Amino acid sequence: MSESLAPPLLAVRQLDAFYGDFQALFDLSMEVRSGEAVAVIGANGAGKSTLLKTIAGLLQARPEAIVFDGEPIGDKPAYAIAARGVALVPEGRRLFPSLSVEENLLLGGQLKRHGPWNLRSVYELFPVLGERRDLPSTALSGGQQQMVAIARGLMSNPKLLLCDEISLGLAPIVVREIYARLPAILAAGTSVVLVEQDIVQALKAAQRVYCLQEGWVALTGAAKDLSRETIAAAYFGM
Amino acid sequence: MIDWFNVILQGVLVGGLYAMFAAGLSLIFGVMRLVNIAHGDLIVLAAYIALVTTEALGIGPLVSLLLVVPIMAAIGYALQRLILNRTLGEDLLPPLLVTFGLSVIIQNGLLTLFTADDRKLQAGSIDVATVRLFEGVYVGILPFLQFVVAIAVIAALQFIFYRTALGRAFRATADSQEVAQLMGLDNRHVFALAMALSLAVVAIAGVFLAIRADFDPSIGPARLIFGFEAVIIGGLGSLWGTFVGGLVLGVAQAIGAHINPGWQILAGHIAFLVILAVRPEGLFARVRG
Repeated sequence: MSESLAPPLLAVRQLDAFYGDFQALFDLSMEVRSGEAVAVIGANGAGKSTLLKTIAGLLQARPEAIVFDGEPIGDKPAYAIAARGVALVPEGRRLFPSLSVEENLLLGGQLKRHGPWNLRSVYELFPVLGERRDLPSTALSGGQQQMVAIARGLMSNPKLLLCDEISLGLAPIVVREIYARLPAILAAGTSVVLVEQDIVQALKAAQRVYCLQEGWVALTGAAKDLSRETIAAAYFGM
Repeated sequence: MIDWFNVILQGVLVGGLYAMFAAGLSLIFGVMRLVNIAHGDLIVLAAYIALVTTEALGIGPLVSLLLVVPIMAAIGYALQRLILNRTLGEDLLPPLLVTFGLSVIIQNGLLTLFTADDRKLQAGSIDVATVRLFEGVYVGILPFLQFVVAIAVIAALQFIFYRTALGRAFRATADSQEVAQLMGLDNRHVFALAMALSLAVVAIAGVFLAIRADFDPSIGPARLIFGFEAVIIGGLGSLWGTFVGGLVLGVAQAIGAHINPGWQILAGHIAFLVILAVRPEGLFARVRG
């Protein structure tokens, strides 16, 4: 596997993460390079969401445990990490129910970071959102709400987009439709981390994969090199 | 007949003041689920700041708003950043206790500085000026102005809340602090801005209160109750509902006072209890999913 000489966009180094006394992540290391899509897969409770929450600043860690764009951010609050160019599309979408579709998007863009994404370009990416821009976000279908959540993340023109279980609770056809937009997001210069239980979609979309098991990295490699059997073994710890 | 019309009209005009008491209270509760027990005392504090500025600078009370509003907004920002943000969390009790303590501190601070004497702001010639609406019905310029200002304040809050980036930030933070932070909003700053806006409204309410009637350091808690009642009558989450709530309270008090001067406050409370019994969600509550 060829390693790029440029420093990675995101480097997680020996990260331990805790919920109170419960340790959710153990000595976890991973990298995301610029322009790359990386999948993080694993069973329920493997620590995937905890990893994303820690990177996004909702959980605190040692400063050097997370280095983004050359800067230690492990102890920074979520709003400061967002300002540096990390956007989290949270599990379960978590749209603002009091806000319309467009207001959700505008709120995502309130940091006013420069880049290719604005109302016009996210409506081009997800045309159905443009048609429903004035509706309350709660009035949309699950798939459309997921599109709003992704578009809201893009509105801050992040360097890194963290997607937590975007296929959760959606019909396969809708999942395919959303994943079909991923190349356009990568082409616009945003790197993506996909946390998924639906490993088929994740493996197709990502260049590299980390498989977590009970808070450890059980397996990592290029998506095309990993067989279903090795993944299954790492997934279930067999 | 014309007599009753006058009574109701006066009630409506006072109601505008109550709506201003209530608007700041409602805003803070809506954005951060904080019940500010010191709200009434902050209104009285604003009245005393206006008293000091008018006497020190020789300016009229309405001109003094140019100073009192920014001063109160700054106090609100600092209060939230330095004290109240630390009390917010899952538990609703700490902010209640802290603002209750603040209420006691403000009352006693004002008592020490200004004594318990009645004070009043003099607005000059418009203090007593009236216009005749039609035969037998006269409206004081000041109560009328106060009513117009109340409408303007509610309209401005409505605009800020639903048409500006600041209002979006308020509503988003109220929905979910965690997700709002993911969008780059520092909730401590957002809350401080909400308190600054609330106390800016308090400043306006305090100055008009001080022009209308005598005030002393002890009258804050009663203004808090009027504010609460107006918010509950109107229904949580609706600014125009709060405005109507203020008017209902004002009219009820005016009718009570007309029947028997001792019944003014009682009639307001009765109107509040009746509406609470018949329509506990308030007249204009926004149904939230």
